[in-house]
Amino acid sequence: MNLKYWLGILLVLIISSTASYAGEATPLAEDPVLEQRLMAISEELRCLVCQNESLAGSRADLALDLRREIRTLIKAGKTDAEIMDFMVSRYGDFVRYRPPVKPITWVLWFGPFLLLIGALVGLARMVRRSQSSAAAPALDPAQREKAQALLQDTELPS
Amino acid sequence: MKKAMIPLGIFLVLVVFLAIGLTRDPREVPSPLINKAAPAFTTTRLQAADQPFSAKDMLGQVWLLNTWASWCVACRQEHPVLMEFAKTKTLPIVGLDYKDKETDGLKWLARFGNPYDITVTDKDGRIGIDYGVYGVPESFLIDKAGVIRYKQIGPVTEEALRDKIIPLVRELQK
Amino acid sequence: MIPEIGHFALILALFVALALGLLGVIGGQQGRDDWMALARPGAQALWLLTAFSFGCLTYAFYTNDFSVSYVAQHSNSKLPGLYRVAGVWGGHEGSLLLWHFMLTSWMLAVSIFSRQLPDAMVSRVLGLLGLVAVGFLLFMLITSNPFLRLSDVPTDGRDLNPLLQDPGLVFHPPMLYMGYVGFAVPFAFSIAALLNGRLDAAWARWSRPWATAAWIFLTLGIALGSWWAYYELGWGGWWFWDPVENASFLPWLVGTALMHSLAVTEKRGLFRNWTIVLAITAFSLSLLGTFLVRSGVLTSVHAFASDPKRGVFILLFLSVVVGGSLTLFAMRASKVRSGGSFALVSRETFLLVNNVLLTTAAASVLLGTLYPLIVDALNLGKLSVGPPYFNSVFAPIMVPVLLFMVVGSFARWKSDSATELAKRLSPVGIASVVLGSTAPLLAGAWSALAALGLTLAFWIVLASLLQIYQQLRNTVNWKSTPISYWGMHLAHVGIAVCVVGITMVKGYETEKDVRMVIGDTVSVGGYTFRLTGIRTEAGPNYHADVGDVELIREDRVLRTLHPEKRIYFSSTMPMTEAAIDTSLVRDVYVSLGERLEDGKNPAWAMRVYHKPFITWIWGGCLLMALGGAMAALDRRYRKKAASFAATPVKNGALV
Repeated sequence: MNLKYWLGILLVLIISSTASYAGEATPLAEDPVLEQRLMAISEELRCLVCQNESLAGSRADLALDLRREIRTLIKAGKTDAEIMDFMVSRYGDFVRYRPPVKPITWVLWFGPFLLLIGALVGLARMVRRSQSSAAAPALDPAQREKAQALLQDTELPS
Repeated sequence: MKKAMIPLGIFLVLVVFLAIGLTRDPREVPSPLINKAAPAFTTTRLQAADQPFSAKDMLGQVWLLNTWASWCVACRQEHPVLMEFAKTKTLPIVGLDYKDKETDGLKWLARFGNPYDITVTDKDGRIGIDYGVYGVPESFLIDKAGVIRYKQIGPVTEEALRDKIIPLVRELQK
Repeated sequence: MIPEIGHFALILALFVALALGLLGVIGGQQGRDDWMALARPGAQALWLLTAFSFGCLTYAFYTNDFSVSYVAQHSNSKLPGLYRVAGVWGGHEGSLLLWHFMLTSWMLAVSIFSRQLPDAMVSRVLGLLGLVAVGFLLFMLITSNPFLRLSDVPTDGRDLNPLLQDPGLVFHPPMLYMGYVGFAVPFAFSIAALLNGRLDAAWARWSRPWATAAWIFLTLGIALGSWWAYYELGWGGWWFWDPVENASFLPWLVGTALMHSLAVTEKRGLFRNWTIVLAITAFSLSLLGTFLVRSGVLTSVHAFASDPKRGVFILLFLSVVVGGSLTLFAMRASKVRSGGSFALVSRETFLLVNNVLLTTAAASVLLGTLYPLIVDALNLGKLSVGPPYFNSVFAPIMVPVLLFMVVGSFARWKSDSATELAKRLSPVGIASVVLGSTAPLLAGAWSALAALGLTLAFWIVLASLLQIYQQLRNTVNWKSTPISYWGMHLAHVGIAVCVVGITMVKGYETEKDVRMVIGDTVSVGGYTFRLTGIRTEAGPNYHADVGDVELIREDRVLRTLHPEKRIYFSSTMPMTEAAIDTSLVRDVYVSLGERLEDGKNPAWAMRVYHKPFITWIWGGCLLMALGGAMAALDRRYRKKAASFAATPVKNGALV
């Protein structure tokens, strides 16, 4: 067999060895554990150029950049709190999707709970007060007639 | 006060807030960097990739850092204003070409004019992130000590120059 | 010509609405028969004029009349016919006209289905609704005229937003607006009652079916919106606590409280003031929603292009309508103590507790939605309130609602005993806890939240079944049970179904974000996806990359899914059309991302999801709506007034 033949075989072998065979799709992210942490942090952050989306889901350029930045920070070993600080020191509290519990947000976080307690207390008082007017007053004939007419939904001469 | 007036009271307070809300822009994100040190950065110049530039090179001067890009439509709006302002030589203006290809940036400046004393690049946007940039154009007024004193969100307008930037520059340059 | 006629019809409608409003309300107040007689025909004429105007705008849209500014902004000659019709409400001006059309449609319904109401009442109600219509007509004619012409006619339009080019556009806004606007009817009934001073059980009985009807449409509208977002947006979310979503959810929460409060007022004559406040609040929240969406005050994906002038107008309108009604309430609220009383343990108490909870939930959502605005208005900086807040606050408030819902339907009116209730309900309680805690194990990992959600769902369903069983056992002829009884149980079961859906999806959904070349596979939730090909396709006004993905389970190919990535001619943003395989117990969802690599062996980003029981969320809403329909169609609402004299109301009577 001549040289051309062996070169041909070699060529075929090279090509077939580099052809990718179909297999399990590779995850888009290098490190799924890291990605999960990235997603958890990103879901707590707002995408600043979108109309009401979290940083996790947004496809905007800035969002991609910021996620890349956070990925770098995670790889550098920063804690979640440090990463949040990184973002807030550059973009302000606005970037937090979950408002921080600061004096300015006390009404926001505690308001509903206080409102609920207040409403339930008011309700209990109302129920107890309605019980004190327990006995229904007796009707005199004129009132009874009026009641009857009302029950029949006829318009009274006003 | 009658209990029946409570709903009305709540509603009136709400209306006042809504009315004030009409005068605000919910998309505007104020910068937390005002009166804080301008983040340090080192990058290269647009026209000369081998010449470095650092923010600290500007210490001792009051200067304006303007982020722009060739793909940015609003930047074209602010450009004539910047050109006019540059002619007054009030203070040095440094242009930061944000997330742009160098050739595109150079072409844009050649086509529309160059108001910048120094032009530098931010290819991957990291300087922008450090400065809290979320949408070009944005501009930062930095004082002699390297502290950010004012941020213009969106294009620099004549009103902003006249009412806010120039008076502040005069103050800082004293 | 046609747009001008449509415009003229609106101007005419304004005068008719004004006449209807003044004559109807004053006629009703003064008992003037001649004026009151104009109310029904007036409402019907208003409907005709509005329908005609709407028809003109639709005609302009369908025939691609780009000389009309609104058509030029929201349509395109290549837009498929269906969207040339549905696109009428794709923008601000057209959607306002739809709003107004829905209002007049409700007025038409009231004018027809009100034979059993006294004329003075009908006259006032239609008159008040007419005045609301005046506000909307003025708004349209002054700031948002859909019939404005352009002097420079473009050759083609800007096209309808690609996100809206979907069948969802055909159903979601009309259904939603029917619900939103529908709360104007109980609102009008309340104001009419305040005006004539009769806040009695009869008034509650008249208002109740209208409140329920509005609630039904709103339930369906919100469910449709959620489902549409889910399959359209491409990343599997179905609720985002977006300000506009909240704006529709708020009237729903208050509307639910209203329906139940009306039940108590109808049965026992109690809670009258509370019911009136709820009715006013429900409609006020609808109007507030309109304001939030169109004024630019809040950022939202749903917001129409904003114009401060429009915002000012709506705010003024809101102030007049809501401020006026609350002032009237403050003046005329019933000072007479109702005379009825109820024990601490009674159906009334549980209904009241749940009303308080629902209202507090609504108040929390409203607070969260408006908080950024309030903080900004007070110059205290910029804050952002997103889903993490709403999820943390809303869910804990709703848990007791679901708990008390059941207890309330078991408890007797006026007075019941706690120990007896506990005795009757403890088997159900124990069974729910047992079933609810063990069921999550069937789905995979155990989770406390899943156990909680499923326990509550079982609690509701088992209790309903127990009640139905006892009812059938105690009644000689089950057909004599009013249909509203079955409706109540169906609606409550619907809520349980919805809770199951939410619990299972949130607890057990899985997703994978992968890079695939032709032939690759990825597995999620027991299903395998194989990418077999990617091709290009051209649509009427877009071109698309279409993927062929085989769905495989246990080595059997179930079907081939076709996720797409479309680029519409009118927009540069690519649009994802996800491919979903739905079954009763799960959805599998494939979404095509960006092309990562070109060349001989292109690679694509793909996202696959497994979402267990997600259709139960919307299925539950459908059951709720059906239950509501059954409740609203109860015969007692359709009987004429006189025949009610002999119907006694027993203690412990059914809903």
